[in-house]
Amino acid sequence: MTSRSARIVVAGASMAGLRAAEQLRAAGWTEAITLVGDEPHMPYNRPPLSKEVLAGKAAFESLSFRPRASVADVQWRLGTKVVAARLAQNIVEFDDGEAFSYDGLVVATGMRPRRLRCPGPLAGRHTVRTIDDAQGLRQALTRPGTRVVVVGGGFIGCEVAATAVALGAREVTVVDPLPLPMVGPLGELLARALLKRHEERGVRFALGTGVTGFTGDDHVTGVALADGTVLPADVVVESVGSVANTEWLDGNGLDLSDGVPTDEHLRVGGRSDVVAVGDVARFPNARYDGVPRRVEHWCIPTDTAKHAAKTLVAHLTGASHDLSPFAPLPTFWSDQHDFRLQSFGAPVLGKEDVRVLEGDLDGDVVVGYHVGGRLAGVVALGGQAAAAAASRYRAELLKQPALTA
Amino acid sequence: MKVVVDMNKCQDHGQCVFAAPDVFSMDDSGHLAYVSDPDDALRDEVEEAADVCPLQAIRIED
Repeated sequence: MTSRSARIVVAGASMAGLRAAEQLRAAGWTEAITLVGDEPHMPYNRPPLSKEVLAGKAAFESLSFRPRASVADVQWRLGTKVVAARLAQNIVEFDDGEAFSYDGLVVATGMRPRRLRCPGPLAGRHTVRTIDDAQGLRQALTRPGTRVVVVGGGFIGCEVAATAVALGAREVTVVDPLPLPMVGPLGELLARALLKRHEERGVRFALGTGVTGFTGDDHVTGVALADGTVLPADVVVESVGSVANTEWLDGNGLDLSDGVPTDEHLRVGGRSDVVAVGDVARFPNARYDGVPRRVEHWCIPTDTAKHAAKTLVAHLTGASHDLSPFAPLPTFWSDQHDFRLQSFGAPVLGKEDVRVLEGDLDGDVVVGYHVGGRLAGVVALGGQAAAAAASRYRAELLKQPALTA
Repeated sequence: MKVVVDMNKCQDHGQCVFAAPDVFSMDDSGHLAYVSDPDDALRDEVEEAADVCPLQAIRIED
């Protein structure tokens, strides 16, 4: 092999990959960077895919990220998929057959939508993850008289349901085996308030029952439920969670049962030359109980990229780093109809002790989630005033000492 | 440094205010206000603010 300059390969060219490349530069990496991603598009912002873009209020072109000037010289391998890795030999393999050696590797391959496996036709069934998905769904939703069934009452499902109602769909029904929408991340108190708000705005619900199949020959005509009913449907949206894109890492002795496990500095498999970023990374958060978890919030690609880039560059350049263990304060939002959910901290850890901190559940409200009597997360529901009120708790959440298991 | 916010995109999430409180703020009605020509010493925090904007509405023009 001829001598070559050092190179970091970023597997995944979506938001997390872009942020990783930018943060590698910010951390002082001046040598080569190659980003490899299976989508043909440059990195783009996904949250509007279920909202503004689906509603036709924003153009698809408006989603593109503006990469920092510092990454103008990186190599982009778009439309190319990483299909295998031999971490012990510092080699990744692409779907075009090329084997590519690296000095440092950033795992940023993200997630793909989980699909329902029950019987029935595929045509008419949509997911919302990529620009191509959203374009197809928008076309289907804007046909007159459309009946929509959304399978999965999580954030994305409820956002899509709200957008479909706004687009004038004839019927929009959300199906979920759980008794309330968004109850997993938010707990019963807010989930009940959200159910009411959605119903008042025209979304129907079939809760506490699962999907057993789809009716129709070539194209879906209905959704069969476990309780025996069949909901007529022209469009089905499957928003039933996601699956980590980790198959390419098989054979390296990693536990890939739920994303890619990392240590407290986002390193993978005990190796200093491999880090993971974005929603594929299963990392311990030193702010909480130290249990490794994947976190599918929009803030996580940026937060993980910053920390992982410092870790990796310090190793590759032989510099020491004095980073504290990774301890981001998670935040997420969801826009549905005319209201917004805004969260700071980790409400999911405090679902056993939920209290209304400000306002009331029929208007603007801020709800606190507690662990051992201490505030672990806040969620605001309502308008701008509620979100602003929630943000006043952010400083308190940042100051909290770590929750121990 | 020159900072431009696309106010057609901005939805008052306020994440920029946490990242760069010297440059971005929320006025009394909960809408974004910002300094369009902040000192260059604030570049790191303005870059961070641009990164964390959910609508990607913040642009830094040198």
